Amino acid sequence: MKLIYDKSVSGRKGVMPPSSDVPNTIHIKKEFLRSSDAKLPELSELDVVRHFTELSRRNFGVDTNFYPLGSCTMKYNPKAAERIAAYPGFAHLHPLMPQLRRGGMLTQGALEVLYDMDKFLCELTAMAGFTMQPMAGAHGELTGIMIMAAYHRDKGNKKTTVLIPDSAHGTNPASAAIAGYKVVTVPSDSEGMMDVNELKKLVNSETAGLMLTCPNTLGIFEKNIKEICDIIHSVDGLCYYDGANLNAIVGKACPGDFGFDIVHLNLHKTFATPHGGGGPGAGPVGVIQKLLDFLPVSLVVKRNDGTFALEYDRPKSIGYIAPFYGNFAIILRAYVYILMLGRDGLKAVSENAVLNANYIKEKLKDYYSLPFGQTCKHECVFSAERQMANGIHAIDIAKGLIDRGFHPPTVYFPSIVKEAIMIEPTETESRETLDMFIETMIELAKLAENEPEKLKAAPVTTPVGRLDETAAAKNVDIAEL
Amino acid sequence: MSFIANTQEQQKQMLAQIGLSMDGLFADIPKEFLEKKFNLPDGMSEFDVRNRLADLAAKNHIDLTCFLGGGFYDHFIPSAVYAIIGRSEFYTAYTPYQPEISQGTLQAIFEYQSLICRLTEMQAANASLYDGGTALYEAMMMALRITNRNKILIDDSVNPIYRVMIHSYTKNLSIELQETKNDQGLINRKALLEKLDDNTAAVIVQNPNFFGCVDDFTDLAEAAHKKGALLIVSCYPISLGILKTPGAMGADIVTGEGQSLGLPMSFGGPYLGFMATKKDYVRKMPGRIVGRTKDNQGRTGFVLTLQAREQHIRRDKATSNICSNEALCALTALVYSSLLGKDGLKQTAQLCADKASYAWQKMTAIKGVKSRFGAKWFFNEFVLELPANAAEIAGKLIDKGFAAGFPLSRYYEGMENSLLIAVTEKRTKQQIGMLTESLEAVL
Repeated sequence: MKLIYDKSVSGRKGVMPPSSDVPNTIHIKKEFLRSSDAKLPELSELDVVRHFTELSRRNFGVDTNFYPLGSCTMKYNPKAAERIAAYPGFAHLHPLMPQLRRGGMLTQGALEVLYDMDKFLCELTAMAGFTMQPMAGAHGELTGIMIMAAYHRDKGNKKTTVLIPDSAHGTNPASAAIAGYKVVTVPSDSEGMMDVNELKKLVNSETAGLMLTCPNTLGIFEKNIKEICDIIHSVDGLCYYDGANLNAIVGKACPGDFGFDIVHLNLHKTFATPHGGGGPGAGPVGVIQKLLDFLPVSLVVKRNDGTFALEYDRPKSIGYIAPFYGNFAIILRAYVYILMLGRDGLKAVSENAVLNANYIKEKLKDYYSLPFGQTCKHECVFSAERQMANGIHAIDIAKGLIDRGFHPPTVYFPSIVKEAIMIEPTETESRETLDMFIETMIELAKLAENEPEKLKAAPVTTPVGRLDETAAAKNVDIAEL
Repeated sequence: MSFIANTQEQQKQMLAQIGLSMDGLFADIPKEFLEKKFNLPDGMSEFDVRNRLADLAAKNHIDLTCFLGGGFYDHFIPSAVYAIIGRSEFYTAYTPYQPEISQGTLQAIFEYQSLICRLTEMQAANASLYDGGTALYEAMMMALRITNRNKILIDDSVNPIYRVMIHSYTKNLSIELQETKNDQGLINRKALLEKLDDNTAAVIVQNPNFFGCVDDFTDLAEAAHKKGALLIVSCYPISLGILKTPGAMGADIVTGEGQSLGLPMSFGGPYLGFMATKKDYVRKMPGRIVGRTKDNQGRTGFVLTLQAREQHIRRDKATSNICSNEALCALTALVYSSLLGKDGLKQTAQLCADKASYAWQKMTAIKGVKSRFGAKWFFNEFVLELPANAAEIAGKLIDKGFAAGFPLSRYYEGMENSLLIAVTEKRTKQQIGMLTESLEAVL
């Protein structure tokens, strides 16, 4: 398909800007102007609409296909949230408005949304307070580690390392390193959980804290979680909960009760805001009481008269980590979701997410190798090890699924599982969909055994086949200038 | 309402096939953790939720005529933007890990990267960062990596919100961050050149700067390069419809806030951080990058590329920790720019500058009101020096129906009477006239 720039026709007009009702006199000297026009395309409105409509048809999304991408929680995104986020009262609100005199009173509706979300998320995680500012999960991680650093600075602790299990998301070690810490990797044991004996050996006075997802990336609940947190606390370290997998326990159990001190949540996972093709997300961070002072400025507070205000005077705060109040329109969508589901709806989410994952695990365990066979939580991790005897890898199974109308699971992650196939169905998928997926996975396992060459050729139903990624990295072609 | 498809009966059957009860599925979680009674409201119908949120939306005063800017602007958004980004094939997809079924997202990102290069006259761009502030922080970190030095110079005419963000992010790192104080609304060239030395990784400036003033940093780029330092320019993409580009000035890394390209203000987000650089620095860039390649039959296609820089491969050695970015906002910017096209973007920029120029003339004609920085060149924003406290005056203008501008005393000493006024193509001659009259009346 042609690039939009290659469809341009000189002189063709698109959308007309507002008409001018003032004299044509700018206040800029000529040397400060660009020498030639920016090379934007010249197209009609229909040209543009058709171009992007055609592009959209080259995508799988949750609305078009089952999307069991492990660790990403690709659940249904309710349409009501989209509609409400577009209400002019929210969409047209300038973020500097509260900084005008008595400006907080001009934005009471938006502040109430932020305040309520803080309270809802605290209740769901057993934390004492949240910042809504982080704009994605990894941004939340960085914020959380900055809070950890501020805590240790404030106490005069000399801490240099952050412990992270080998099964963790890559964002965990990256966030810790960017915040200035050295990363120490904790190995997993034969049950797929953190090796507590190894952890004990690695913990020392230099330990600033631990970053952990629970259930972990194998979909397994860390049965020693309380002991793990106690070990970290014994050296005045802090326990950081990566909320990427909260969908497994939302409305059932709270990370704060396990012993965690800092939590980030991915609103685009657990709270059903759209993934947008890679974002925008939102990664609010919650902390326990003793860390409240370190949360970023500003925070929304409720005054005695019931009105809401932004609090900026926070001397121990880590400062601003976003220009304003976070990805407000995403937070708003998550708020709508929580209001619609309520207490019982949220509990049903985790129960059905876990039920669906275990159903798939049970039905596929005879066909694919399952390195960790215990009851899983919201996702299950298989390995294509058995298929490798016929030269078939996880990626070939993934491409075979594409030809049969499914978005593949996450493959090759977590890296501690060889040829990993990580399946997260989410709670919104029906049994009929799960059964079709299961049948297809079984069909592919048989194909791998009997006609592996057919799988190697997949996908054949897509606009392009397997792409040469090595060439892409070597001959860097990333823009049409 | 939980959007769960399976009936109670189906759930029972599935549990039976697994051979466990629902409690059995959670038996691996210590019992003490499962006893919590959540103090949360009952679920609500869509109808009730929409009514509740409509009431909350009504409490936000979007009825004020907006002359607020400060890096975030009230621009016109064509209807076709909403129609296209409302297609759920785009918004319910995730990061395009499987390229064969993500060519829509991938080609769009490639076109977006090209757009950013064309606007800034740079050679390479990434797939997006969170916002203009984090993009500037990432640019700073990138400059430290490229030069292997640890000193950063930044002028205080750079957006103060971004400067406080950079301060927060560098608190735990050993970076020497030095600020210079602006010289009559423009960068302090003398102070910057004095501080520029062999340990300087980068000089950070903004165009138009926070006061709206326009500049040309060609001289600064040359001076920085002579010392082996980089020039980082933060910019306002709409202004690039007419302004000299950072690329033409010799900038090494260009960042900015893309909100003005078709994104609603939405009380602060989601927005769009963009980043562009020179070809030599591509492998030092943070974030996702899409590249063009061929498939096994020689057909052109697009993939995520240079992933060896990224967290999921390199972990603690990655160029950044970013995973989810602002993909849908990048798509929005691309769609918006494509709809406006070559002439439309130029006209929009021209209109903003025309209307700001008109407003400046009207308002500086009020007795006692002056232009804070004399007759300096500006794009669509300017600073008025009022005969009284600007925050108070802006407060009084709220009662007259205007979000009249941003009082600068919040971030700048000695600017208690200074008001930053932004004018976009949406403001009419009549609105400008009414604000002028109201300002005169409240002084």
